[in-house]
Amino acid sequence: MKRISRGRFLRTMGAAGVAGSTLSVLACQPNTSAQSGGGGGGPEEKALNFYNWADYVAESTVPDFEKQTGIKVTQDFFSSNEDLLAKLQAGGTGYDVIVPSDYMVAIMIKSDVVQKLDMAQIPNSKNVGKEYKGLSYDPNNEYSLPYQWGTTGILYNKKEIGQLPESWDPLWDTEFEGEMSMLNDTRETLGAALYKLGYSVNATDQGQLEEAKAELKKQNPLLRGYFDSTEARPLVQNGDLLLGHVFSGDAFLALSENEDLDYVIPKPAATRWTDNMCIPNGAEHPQNAHKFINYILDAEVGAELSNYTYYATPNEAALPMIDDALKKLPTYSPTQEQFERLQVIEDTGEVTREYERIFTEVKSS
Amino acid sequence: MRERVAKGWSAGLAALLAPVTLWLGLFFLIPLLIILVYSFGTSGIYGGITLGFNPGNYLKVFDPLYLEIIVRSFGIAALTTLICFLLGYPLAYFIVFKGRRWRNALILLVMVPFWTSLLIRAYAWVVILGGNGIANKTLQFLGITDGPVNLIFTPEAVLMGMTYSYLPFMVLPLYAALEKFDVRLKEAGKDLGASRWQTFVRVTFPLSLPGVIAGSILVFIPSAGEFVIPDLLGGSQTVMTGNLIQNQFLQSRDWAFGSALSVLLAVLLLGAIMFYVRRIGSDKLEGV
Repeated sequence: MKRISRGRFLRTMGAAGVAGSTLSVLACQPNTSAQSGGGGGGPEEKALNFYNWADYVAESTVPDFEKQTGIKVTQDFFSSNEDLLAKLQAGGTGYDVIVPSDYMVAIMIKSDVVQKLDMAQIPNSKNVGKEYKGLSYDPNNEYSLPYQWGTTGILYNKKEIGQLPESWDPLWDTEFEGEMSMLNDTRETLGAALYKLGYSVNATDQGQLEEAKAELKKQNPLLRGYFDSTEARPLVQNGDLLLGHVFSGDAFLALSENEDLDYVIPKPAATRWTDNMCIPNGAEHPQNAHKFINYILDAEVGAELSNYTYYATPNEAALPMIDDALKKLPTYSPTQEQFERLQVIEDTGEVTREYERIFTEVKSS
Repeated sequence: MRERVAKGWSAGLAALLAPVTLWLGLFFLIPLLIILVYSFGTSGIYGGITLGFNPGNYLKVFDPLYLEIIVRSFGIAALTTLICFLLGYPLAYFIVFKGRRWRNALILLVMVPFWTSLLIRAYAWVVILGGNGIANKTLQFLGITDGPVNLIFTPEAVLMGMTYSYLPFMVLPLYAALEKFDVRLKEAGKDLGASRWQTFVRVTFPLSLPGVIAGSILVFIPSAGEFVIPDLLGGSQTVMTGNLIQNQFLQSRDWAFGSALSVLLAVLLLGAIMFYVRRIGSDKLEGV
């Protein structure tokens, strides 16, 4: 749901992308030539199409894979999970490996656009830590393996306002009026209100959602605005904002550049999100896709990846090779107690539209 | 004989028009029809659409929340158009009548912003108006303010950004209209005893009305559908119809409602423009 470059640039291009895929519904027939499950078959063409969030691989990741295997990788980028889903539903994308977030994996399984993985071809799946396996969106990891993970919390200026408690309340504190921002993300921002009220981030109860709406309406006049994580980071970093609701990768980037800042995972709960590698149905190079997923889950490759993106690795074998400077940052390696308060955003089905309506109402109040 | 000439001419014309017809048909008309068809469909929970006849998407628009957003968008668009007109008319007038040998250079300067993407220019405003930006630094240097003031992420910043972005669309048609103006008419007005102001109100301005109409339409339409500037310069706290439509496709996965909103926006814009052209058109007749 969230990468380093969820910038507006990309978002706008994403809007253009949906317009494009609408057309391609008419123009393209879904590619059914390679619908097989991946195992067996003859040798494949030495090619792989990797569809990822922008700026979400280390500079060496892809070139090293190409050198090792002789497989030519073509990279393409998407800017939102919905954009990715729309492309897959239109069919004929030619993508071999995609990186959807948690709740989107569940939707993709239900919509039958991703195929089962053949674990025999991915021996490195043993490197994935048990906390990152068998999550609610794919309980048996039949379709997905984790790529990177992170949390959503509060980045703030410790020098200016002192140490904050591990709580969501500061984001509702009138003392910081005009110097705070929330994520321009429906589920995360409604989630913050739900967490604050002690409810689940996946609440579908109308009453609980109404309460969350009331909280957010109270908060709206105190905010500078609703920003993407990448936008909020520099604003907190250069002092324009005192507090920002951001993703951990952006927080860690800010923390490593500015010592006055701090990041908290609030109580009683906060979001933990995971991006995952999947193979779409109809992928033309399923064997190469398995090779690539296996490569990403290699200890060294996984460490390089996380050292570059500042997000956390689900790869236990990679942990010893993570930069010490990163490991020292607050919550980069959450304590057991912090980890246990994290919740995973799940698909809320039809109620998603109610969430969207509430966020629109809050923003225009 | 005459008939044959006319026929030959129309065949040639058809050949000339074929590429543009094909282009518009493929990339404008067909997508528009798809949107129209989709607007009566039923959205799947996970995106995608089931076609059919479901007027419910249009009924949903009457939710007071959405109506308010649409009305507000039109208000902001109208205000943007008005400000562009108030700024653009004197500018076009100046370039045409006082620009002399600088005329072409000046009109080129109006077009310079088009050389860079709108997104880049909008980001530039984020930097200029930011807490440590040039605007705040200047205000502090001149002693007008003590500390940084909130210039960005406000409704005013959105209005300013939209005016900035669309001003050239107002100036260019006005320039074109005024450039054709026969200066001797002004002299005639003077000779007949009219003051400069009277000449302007009764002669120059009415004759430039086609430019005013074209400019207003060119500014109003994209303003009403704008979605990038409210996000970038308004901190997403000014929700416009464009944002609402974007969210239906990229967040709610409600393509049918998004399509219905798009159709409605198009119909409302068409209605507003027809009303406007008629009003101004009749004023023009009375005025001359």
